[in-house]
Amino acid sequence: MVPDPTLSAIWAFIIAFAVFAYVVMDGFDLGIGVLFPTFAPGRERDRAMNSIAPVWDGNETWLVLGGGGLFAAFPLAYAVIMPATYPLVIAMLLGLVFRGVAFEFRWRDDRHRAFWDVAFTGGSLVAAMAQGMVLGALLQGIEVSGREYAGSWWDWLTPYTLLTGIGTVAGYALLGATWLIWKLDGEGQAHARKLAKRAFWATAVLMAAVSIYNLGLRTEYAERWLSTPDLWFALPVPVATAVLGLWLLRALAKGEALPFFLSLGLFACGMAGLGLTIWPNVVPPSLTIFEAAAPERSQWFMLIGVGLTMPLILAYTGWAYWVFRGKVAHEGYH
Amino acid sequence: MFDNADALILARIQFAFTVSFHFIFPAFSIGLASFLAVLEGLWLKTGKTRYLDLYRYWLKIFAVAFAMGVVSGIVMSYQFGTNWAVFSDKTGPVLGPLMAYEVLTAFFLEAGFLGVMLFGMERVGKRLHFFATCMVAFGTFVSAFWILSANSWMHTPAGYILGANGQFLPGESWFDIVFNPSFPYRLVHTVIAAYLTTAFAVGGIGAWHLLKGRANEHVRTMFSMAMWMAALVVPVQIVAGDMQGLNTLEHQPAKVMAMEGHFESHPDGAPLILFGIPDSKAGRVDYAIEIPKASSLILKHDPDAPLAGLDTVPEDERPPVGIVFWSFRIMVGLGFAMLGIGMWSLFARWRGRLYDWPWLHRAALVMGPSGFVAVLAGWITTEVGRQPWVVYGQLRTADAASPLDAPAVGASLLAFVLVYFAVFGVGVWYILRLAAKSPHPGEGGVAEDMDAPIRTAGITPGPTQNPGDPDKLPRNREEAE
Repeated sequence: MVPDPTLSAIWAFIIAFAVFAYVVMDGFDLGIGVLFPTFAPGRERDRAMNSIAPVWDGNETWLVLGGGGLFAAFPLAYAVIMPATYPLVIAMLLGLVFRGVAFEFRWRDDRHRAFWDVAFTGGSLVAAMAQGMVLGALLQGIEVSGREYAGSWWDWLTPYTLLTGIGTVAGYALLGATWLIWKLDGEGQAHARKLAKRAFWATAVLMAAVSIYNLGLRTEYAERWLSTPDLWFALPVPVATAVLGLWLLRALAKGEALPFFLSLGLFACGMAGLGLTIWPNVVPPSLTIFEAAAPERSQWFMLIGVGLTMPLILAYTGWAYWVFRGKVAHEGYH
Repeated sequence: MFDNADALILARIQFAFTVSFHFIFPAFSIGLASFLAVLEGLWLKTGKTRYLDLYRYWLKIFAVAFAMGVVSGIVMSYQFGTNWAVFSDKTGPVLGPLMAYEVLTAFFLEAGFLGVMLFGMERVGKRLHFFATCMVAFGTFVSAFWILSANSWMHTPAGYILGANGQFLPGESWFDIVFNPSFPYRLVHTVIAAYLTTAFAVGGIGAWHLLKGRANEHVRTMFSMAMWMAALVVPVQIVAGDMQGLNTLEHQPAKVMAMEGHFESHPDGAPLILFGIPDSKAGRVDYAIEIPKASSLILKHDPDAPLAGLDTVPEDERPPVGIVFWSFRIMVGLGFAMLGIGMWSLFARWRGRLYDWPWLHRAALVMGPSGFVAVLAGWITTEVGRQPWVVYGQLRTADAASPLDAPAVGASLLAFVLVYFAVFGVGVWYILRLAAKSPHPGEGGVAEDMDAPIRTAGITPGPTQNPGDPDKLPRNREEAE
């Protein structure tokens, strides 16, 4: 039962989509966590948190789909990546524990609210950093022998992964700040605009640095990006990134919802760039999506499930966002 | 200094620890979500605000419990890969889709409607809000369906073929995999256990308020509802448990031998060992108190039926007897204690003393946490009883672990223990603090509390923003009017 290549490719796209959905949706949640200390304790912080309280749980579910989908569709990749990035995954999970309970706990006890604010920020920061470093570890390559991870358990820690980690934190901060521009008004919004501008520059510089570093990382990557005809397929991505970046910079001063959507666009470009870089590997340099794929019967069974449920999921998720549309607590101030 | 055996045992402890901690929260929230749906439904049907007050009271507790269930559940979904990579590689083609279905059909449903359930009453109206509550409750059930299917498959694997790399591959029909032989029994037994866990927690908190003399109409209603559950559902659970036991005897006889402490075979009727100290090395139960032939009677419905013992099982395929023997007795003992409370409550109701019989309330208070303990004991019985297999009869636990060094697993275990005890300890404390106040008319909750910082998208206001001393509030409807 050799898996059908088309089916495996479809699954690679589904998982990439789940990861992308996670990155942008929980990305702005985590970004708000990272930026949280810059908001004044009290009403400003409460509003920032309230802007995501009804949706963070749904956002985080995409992480479970990304991980669970990888387990189901590419079990070998899952079985290699998790041990290879073991400390990062554990750190991310524990970070998400603190971040997740902070939503509930910080309201329960006045005296300890400051502590849960710190837990919210710390958890978000650790989770974001760890996610970025997992990405870096994947890109720099994972040593595989037979069907097992063959490296040591600090392989993931390199200057490159630190760079991708910080880059992810900056990117999430940009998403969080632009989300807050959309959801807040008055002073909070003005503050978010200031933060967004800084996060934008940090993201732009780090994104560029990671891209350039990638070229030197592996010869396959350089060939993909610097030789024709591959270059012609790949070129629209950096061009679109540059256009969106400039547009975003202009929109930051006045836009309401626009900066957030442009930030999403930037992330989509980043994701496309990464996909182009590693395709058709799922674990560079040695495991392709075809080698790691689950048997056809498993992939078909799940594809039916995705086909039936995904439209519904997107519909009621969209509805949940629609229910909580508008500025946070605007009417609460009258 | 360390070898693979150390890494393995640490990984097993880590899994047992994280899954036990996690399991407490879904066991609570499955029942609580349904309880909330019933309360809101009763409110819509009868128009009595008492039900809405109770809804809001329990919603605050649900929010905390649910958040803890979510974050500890995410850990579980990644733990298969981190500590059990070989297991993931080999079982992924069969178990992966079941878990993916859990995410697609349950987690998204719960998460998507949870926000509306917690914060959306003012924004979507009563009926749509009730729909959201029902979707969350339904989601918790669907989640139980898939995860128990996956878990049951590991106990009674079916519908698979073995592939070249030792991978389990799906066979002809997914139906055989999903509805594997132990699944229906396990699903019924576990879901009822979750309902009873919630019922006894609600009953225990109700009993506490009755004893404290804060017996308002609200407390009475919730205590009465909990006691109805205890009286009607515990007997059903005992039957369901017996059926699962028979199913286990059919498919995993060694587990039942360990549960019963049968080291030796009994050709003409096995005794039921009530208590004793199993000694695996010597292969006997010391100080045993036994009822002759009762074990055969229960398991085979015939006192003289022969029953095989662990002496028929190869030594390296025997589960650890001590843990299984005792956890099973704790579960069954609590089950019968629950039955006692249920019957007592019926008697009290008949005598018209349900709300003023302090000894009943004391007993119900003591039994408040019994569901959690019973659920964990039952879980330990079934999971430890499966050893040394992770996929029964096919894949040994020892052959399923990740290629990790012991220090890595040990360090992460330590981190989990510290964080879980701190974070979830605080969470449980917050729940108890919420429960220490009695529900009262005009219960604040979702987005309507007076001094909550934010109204519309506001999070459930905590008790510190919830003014009013419950002791000074009216105790019943007469006082309120």
